[in-house]
Amino acid sequence: MDMEFSPEDLAFQREVREFIAENYPADLRAKQDEGEEMAKEDFLAWHKILYKKGWVAPAWPVEYGGTGWTPTQRFIWSEETARADCIRLLPFGLAMVGPVIYTFGTPEQRAFFLPRILSGEDWWCQGYSEPGSGSDLASLRTTAVRDGDHYVVNGQKTWTTLAQHADWGFFLVRTDKDAKQQEGISFLLIDMKSPGITVRPIITLGGEHEVNEVWLEDVRVPVEQRVYEENKGWTCAKFLLAHERTGIAGVAASKRGVEKVKAIARTELDGDKPLLANPFFKRKIAELEVDLTALEFTELRSLAGANAGKGPGPESSLLKIKGSEIQQRLTELTLEAVGHYGAPYFRGFGEGDNEHPIGPDYAHRAAPTYFNTRKTTIYGGSNEIQRNIIAKMVLGL
Amino acid sequence: MDFTYTETQDMIRDTLSRFLADTYDFETRQKFINSDTGRDPAIWTALAQELGMLGAAFAEEHGGLGGGALENAIVMEELGKVLGIEPYLPTVVIAGGALKAVGGAQADKFIPEIIAGNVIVAFAYAEPQGRYDLANLRTTAKKDGAGYLLSGHKSVVYAAPWATHLLVTARTGGGQRDRDGVSLFLIDANLPGIVRRDYPTVDGSRASEIYFENVAMPADALLGGEGAALPLIEQIVDEATIAVCAEATGVMQKLHEGTLEYTQQRKQFGVPIAKFQVLQHRMVDMFMEVEQARSMTIMGTLKLDLPAAERKAAVSAAKSKVSRGAKFVGQNAVQTHGGIGITQELAIGHYFKRATMIEGQFGSADYHLDRYEQLTLAD
Repeated sequence: MDMEFSPEDLAFQREVREFIAENYPADLRAKQDEGEEMAKEDFLAWHKILYKKGWVAPAWPVEYGGTGWTPTQRFIWSEETARADCIRLLPFGLAMVGPVIYTFGTPEQRAFFLPRILSGEDWWCQGYSEPGSGSDLASLRTTAVRDGDHYVVNGQKTWTTLAQHADWGFFLVRTDKDAKQQEGISFLLIDMKSPGITVRPIITLGGEHEVNEVWLEDVRVPVEQRVYEENKGWTCAKFLLAHERTGIAGVAASKRGVEKVKAIARTELDGDKPLLANPFFKRKIAELEVDLTALEFTELRSLAGANAGKGPGPESSLLKIKGSEIQQRLTELTLEAVGHYGAPYFRGFGEGDNEHPIGPDYAHRAAPTYFNTRKTTIYGGSNEIQRNIIAKMVLGL
Repeated sequence: MDFTYTETQDMIRDTLSRFLADTYDFETRQKFINSDTGRDPAIWTALAQELGMLGAAFAEEHGGLGGGALENAIVMEELGKVLGIEPYLPTVVIAGGALKAVGGAQADKFIPEIIAGNVIVAFAYAEPQGRYDLANLRTTAKKDGAGYLLSGHKSVVYAAPWATHLLVTARTGGGQRDRDGVSLFLIDANLPGIVRRDYPTVDGSRASEIYFENVAMPADALLGGEGAALPLIEQIVDEATIAVCAEATGVMQKLHEGTLEYTQQRKQFGVPIAKFQVLQHRMVDMFMEVEQARSMTIMGTLKLDLPAAERKAAVSAAKSKVSRGAKFVGQNAVQTHGGIGITQELAIGHYFKRATMIEGQFGSADYHLDRYEQLTLAD
């Protein structure tokens, strides 16, 4: 047993640090420091820099554009990007549909879609949840009926993240109404500009437009845009859910989050001392750090398993549960730290609006971020569902 | 021992609850909180003039119904149930409380105007550096002839954009955190030299940053003794803290009821999700928090007249319990609703936002547990 990085790993770490320091866009950094909401071009700016370097999809097999890094190097990469507070790469293409396509797709699908995901040319969204199908995803009712070389798709999807920018969406649809729930589902790639698609915003508690409803009315989808066999889409969905859960612990980002809360608590006053000197607040930071360390070493053990060639198993549910809880506690502590200045609601910099937000820069997104982060224990399979998975798959109950 | 309300108190609750059911449904509220001014002034006027509600907690000699803290709690709980943004807390509970305490000509002048709905007061006490410490003040009031010159910056003053008057804490002497040297002033909100920056708050109200630039205040703006107002300020903030606990009880009750209702309608895996035991137990835990919040609000209300040390300990016990309960109930209401709980579309998310702001209002759970420890567990 050994928790030290090898000399090669350390050299890699230096290389990564230098690359980020030299290449991370300064204007993006400034926007993040101001706490502004990120626009489409902000997400793409860093994506494109990494694409040029060949580092945009470290988890992919080399033949499709991956880096060939070891799991340890990939770990270093995610640590360093979080440490430097780099904007996250959106998962819908790179971490979700990409792996489905290279695992289950046809050679034509791989040749067409994978390069466009890597370059950032296509923005992807995920058409899974429906108004009546959340935790019980397999009960979905959006239908796809064969009509010659096409499927005709009808139904409604919801919680579709950033669909307002999307070029393509991957959708779970019902292709056999008579089969058992999970056996009649297919996995379709749909051009979001297809006639019959309507995207409507859902505004969340912090005032963000992040998620959408997507309505599909007689949308014609070529049969060759189905991934894997008809009625076997659940296989892709299960694969993807396991994939989605691996990164969801968010250890590196939470470490960065702890540093940010500490910085705020060093600035905020409690009497004549910094808030960080308040024993109650300090204790909560300590508890959080301890829990984060426990999560980190649980993830490292799982990573060591991956180094040894074992794929992510149901224990990744543990990482999702604990990781999401920690993310939420971080936002709670931030809101607590900013005191009165959590209350002002700053609507963002409008056109020609140079007015500065109320209170310190770190304060004005504290409440919206706290509200918004309640989603982490709901999405990606709610934490109740994750506990069911552990009970069934790990404990055998 | 008797925990029943009087007939008058029951009548106040029934009248108010019926009025709010008619005027304050969620869609109507969303409309006026998103309007330019952020409120519907007709509601305040009706509360005063049609319902006589603003007089519930004032003495009959001033035109009130002769009530006090219990009446305030009833009104605040009902406002909590509809997410009311009416400035009852700063106007009636806080300014009204201060005026009742000092009495005399100032009370005779202002209380009838408050009851009539003509005077709205915002409480300008918080400062950027002060956190929850009421004595941590940089705002100063310097003697100037018979009156005072007020200078400083007050932060996040709820209801200030609507206020006709401001209740301001300022230092007339002493160092920045001294208990001595703190004074309380009630002034016209439009005096020359008052600069406001108004904004919406995350919980649907309006507030302001207020900058006082050598504002000339008359001598009779001073409430209570010069430099000796801290005990009075602590008393009215304790009264306000309990009123906020009462509001929280209403908010938490609605969060719990909304969750019960939703889980019985929402089906997953072929059954209403309320059938899942893990959710049943969670809703039982929420229920227990609501009940305890109600108990602690009543406990705190009944102890507001005790000597300061006992009063403070009781208020801190109540607020620490309610702050934690509000967080638990709010977070679990959202979690149990799933994604729909974090949208603007359903009322539940808006109750969660108000519950979140209540957690820290007049002191977080940690702040109040600390104050409780200092008062009751000192060596």
